[in-house]
Amino acid sequence: MANVVVVTSGKGGVGKTTSTASLGAALAKTGQNVCVVDFDVGLRNLDLMLGAERRVVYDLINVIQGNAKLAQALIRDKRLDTLSLLPASQTRDKDALTEKGVARVMKQLREKFDWIICDSPAGIERGAILAMRHADTAVIVTNPEISSVRDSDRIIGMLDSKTERAESGGDIEKHLLIARYDASRIARAEMLGVDDVLDILSVPLLGIVPESEEVLRASNLGAPVTLSNPVCAAARAYQDAARRLTGEAVAMSVPRDRRNLFGKLFGGKAA
Amino acid sequence: MVSVAHSRSPFRFHGRSFMAFVLAPDLPFDDWLIELDAQLKRSPGFFTGRPVVLDLARLNLAKPDVAGLMAQLQARGVRIIAVEGVETSWLGPGLAPLPGGSRPAGVIDLAERKAAEQPAEPEPDKPASLLLDQPVRSGQSVVFADGDLTILGHVASGAEVVAGGSIHIYGTLRGRAIAGSAGNPGARIFCSSLEAELLAIDGLYRTIDEIDDHLRGQPVQAWLEGNALVLAARP
Repeated sequence: MANVVVVTSGKGGVGKTTSTASLGAALAKTGQNVCVVDFDVGLRNLDLMLGAERRVVYDLINVIQGNAKLAQALIRDKRLDTLSLLPASQTRDKDALTEKGVARVMKQLREKFDWIICDSPAGIERGAILAMRHADTAVIVTNPEISSVRDSDRIIGMLDSKTERAESGGDIEKHLLIARYDASRIARAEMLGVDDVLDILSVPLLGIVPESEEVLRASNLGAPVTLSNPVCAAARAYQDAARRLTGEAVAMSVPRDRRNLFGKLFGGKAA
Repeated sequence: MVSVAHSRSPFRFHGRSFMAFVLAPDLPFDDWLIELDAQLKRSPGFFTGRPVVLDLARLNLAKPDVAGLMAQLQARGVRIIAVEGVETSWLGPGLAPLPGGSRPAGVIDLAERKAAEQPAEPEPDKPASLLLDQPVRSGQSVVFADGDLTILGHVASGAEVVAGGSIHIYGTLRGRAIAGSAGNPGARIFCSSLEAELLAIDGLYRTIDEIDDHLRGQPVQAWLEGNALVLAARP
């Protein structure tokens, strides 16, 4: 049965799009059919993360308005044929998303794919609400800092009240993905620790992705980090998170501060 | 038990809701006023001492029309406290701004007023407490005016819980808690860990900056002693 996942956060710039692409690619690598959907109409980025920006012909809004068929708008990844992208429109805004249209597209996607991963725009307005509307599962991306955590808390409240599942009296499955985890800054108490974040949000942890140069390099290359450098720490964190999403039990590892060891040996400046 | 009493001048604010009649006139005003006069003849003194809100949103009026109508109503003893649906700048300073979110309470027919004046049937018993087993998330506001409120989870930063009676929080209180909101000085606030942005009982409040550091993160109760909001760690 298809599983619709929304990747959401409230706050912008925490790593929603990166996480959508990386989780999507990690799931697709296991042979399951995955579609990543960009709901950030007007500010689309997911196509860039997947290196598909020159292949966009039709988009989500065209399909919603009936100007294109779903199959025409879907873009299959060149490296992974189990991974598809439904891009957002760059020339429109979130008002072009209609409740009925989104419902129809999600229904069609459920028939075609095992996983539908919706990349939510930042904010708590129409775009974000429609991205979460039909989800079975939510991945809440948060950075270990108070503004991001508070915004995530706000979004969790909306997941519990504005989604179709919540409105029909059911429960939406929620997972917390801590991104841009910087062990050295946490050690210096410049950021919140994992326990603090979990205590505030009371949502089970899906994974901890370390702040990484590799992630930045990957998005500049137009490839999710789980494809471009699958052995780096961030990619491994996303792969583990994807396995946990499928229900597998994978031991959680908190990224260590690698500089600590070198710091002790060389007096702090080594990286 | 460590208790810390702040002596501050008893400046209080209360939230309270009132019932106001909303009058929605029809055009032309002359006919409508004749009808109003006829109604007033049948039940004189209907408007005596009653606050009235004038709803002009459906009508497309010019400024002099509004002023004329207001004068006519005032001459009939209708006490207008606010006007809806016109430019605020048209109105004198004596009128209150109308907050949004008013709830309509049905149309009241003047002719039926006699019947309505008889004592209403006793209301069915309302539950005196409310229990929430979910955390209260940032941006959410839980208001329970009829009694005590019990929350098993956290109250997040940016969330607000309001109760007519006492508030019991088994998680961490990071948001605002307002107890005794309807004027109950006996209400108390309890929480398992205090990180609150604001505590208030019966209109007396304290923000986090006025809460002693040694109470932060502690299980705490708050109550009123005279005009002071007192906080103490619970054992």
